[in-house]
Amino acid sequence: MENDVLKIGNVAFTNRLFTGTGKFAANTLIPKMLAASGSQMITVALRRIDQAAQTENILEYIPKNVTLLPNTSGARTAEQAVRIARIAREAGCGDFIKIEVITDMKYLMPDNLETLKATEILAKEGFIVLPYVLPDLPLAKRLENAGAAAVMPLGAPIGTNRGLETKPLIELLIENCTIPVVVDAGIGRPSQAAEAMEMGADAVLVNTAIATARDPEAMGRAFNLAVKAGRTAYLAELAEQSGLARASSPLTGFLD
Amino acid sequence: MSFFQTVEQYQGFDYEQFFQQVTDAAIERSLAQEKPTATDFLNLLSPRAARHLEPMAEKAHQLTVQYFGRTIQLFIPLYISNHCSNQCAYCGFNHKNDIYRHKLTIAEIEEEAQAIARTGMQHVLFLTGEAQHLTPMEYLVEAAACLKRHFASVAIEVYPLEVEEYRRLQQAGVDSMTLFQETYNQEVYKRVHRAGKKMDYHWRLNAPERAAQGGMRSVNLGPLLGLAEPRSEIFLTALHARYLENKYLETEVAISLPRFNEAEGDFQPDYLVDDKTFVQFMTALRIFLPRAGLTISTRENAAFRDRILPLGATRYSAGSSTGVGGYTEIKVAQTPQFEITDDRNVEEVAAAIKARGYQPVYKDWDLII
Repeated sequence: MENDVLKIGNVAFTNRLFTGTGKFAANTLIPKMLAASGSQMITVALRRIDQAAQTENILEYIPKNVTLLPNTSGARTAEQAVRIARIAREAGCGDFIKIEVITDMKYLMPDNLETLKATEILAKEGFIVLPYVLPDLPLAKRLENAGAAAVMPLGAPIGTNRGLETKPLIELLIENCTIPVVVDAGIGRPSQAAEAMEMGADAVLVNTAIATARDPEAMGRAFNLAVKAGRTAYLAELAEQSGLARASSPLTGFLD
Repeated sequence: MSFFQTVEQYQGFDYEQFFQQVTDAAIERSLAQEKPTATDFLNLLSPRAARHLEPMAEKAHQLTVQYFGRTIQLFIPLYISNHCSNQCAYCGFNHKNDIYRHKLTIAEIEEEAQAIARTGMQHVLFLTGEAQHLTPMEYLVEAAACLKRHFASVAIEVYPLEVEEYRRLQQAGVDSMTLFQETYNQEVYKRVHRAGKKMDYHWRLNAPERAAQGGMRSVNLGPLLGLAEPRSEIFLTALHARYLENKYLETEVAISLPRFNEAEGDFQPDYLVDDKTFVQFMTALRIFLPRAGLTISTRENAAFRDRILPLGATRYSAGSSTGVGGYTEIKVAQTPQFEITDDRNVEEVAAAIKARGYQPVYKDWDLII
């Protein structure tokens, strides 16, 4: 497990739980949650960042060793997402960008077409692009070709905690994409995060379930353990499958 | 089709008879639905459902935390003019009221904006009466542009506009629109709106839809509770919200729950909504419309606002003045549109929100023009 590194862009992650900054009862909970969960990447909506704030700037609560993943939440078109990404970069938030284009305020479903357009533009500009999408294999391959650094399919609609409702579709992505697949949105329980990792997701992004828990710090720890358990199981299963292949020969040995 | 068809559909509906037939079992079933129907919502609005208030509150709390987190978005109203041609029986700005009228100049709006910005507020809602000849579109556009220089989010609560006018304001930096129908009951509407353009029920009813068509990110509806039978008003407000949600997927829909409050003049409302019923309405709305914003203004007193915070509310006004020029030394037209009962400043409201284990959010939007 020590050598099990996930590389996205120019960063090597040894922890496969990504987290978010939304919905917390207080920003002071964020550094505690990060410490407890071991999360090495956290997403923050650019629209929530207030550099000139007299009140408080959310960025001050994110330790320097945690990679910032600004997101384009609020964007309704590719053009807006592109502009938000550029503003984020100018504001010193780094080159990572999670593209979130939502034109449906009722279910908050990502708009795959606009997301693809934004990815094409931003990848060319050197951004490390992580598009948030509905799991759709042909689209994922297009994102890959457009230069996306990872693809982030939703497990269930944002904030619903319903788990891996789109599992069979995500499995196709895992099987066929060469870029990392990060399950984002819908994961409500550590067991669901473990399930995503067991099936071979490269990472999961969890916000609501941690931020709205009575004890976000403890829930962050629980998700970290679950992600590690799922990842370990996934790696262990691979080893077992190769063992099975070897074991098959004695069964037909009498034919030799 | 417009929402008016739904209004008509329920015109002859006998709410009282429906409510009489609601059983505890029906309420429990409605409460357990993942996607409550209009009938489920009516069950939850029934007087009998008051006995189920605790489980309703638990569900409302859980849904609000799930979709909005433990956060409350803060905004501040800014009255830029109290000129008004309407005669709304209940309103302090009623044309017939002999009050000092003033329209802020853009320079005065600038001063007010600076004073508000010093409080840390980032979301502003600017308001006018309905006097198009005195506060025309050009003035609104200038006001919007001026405010956008100081705030992350600028919202309007002005007289109903045309689609293209909403679009112009959107381009000038306005992202949200608030407009209360006041009452969905056409007879009552006619009775309390005695003069001016506001007499046109349809023009007002369809304004939120025009705002959505004009590109407003968010529209905020509301009945003025007290004018007509409140359960039917809440019911139609929620159906109006759902109508807009379904038709305009890109638009966020929010609801305000203004309860009648003593303004200038001596209007006596026909109905009073007590605290318990208010909470029932709020929790029922959250259950029926899980993702809709719920705005609670300073019409409600401080202690009550602090207590209802976990039950479905998502947006609070704070540090409000409902007179024109209320934030600076302009102080020319201090007669309020309605009386404020939570007169704490922004800092105090924020501290109270934190004390309840919630995060006061000053900025969660930025319109990139």
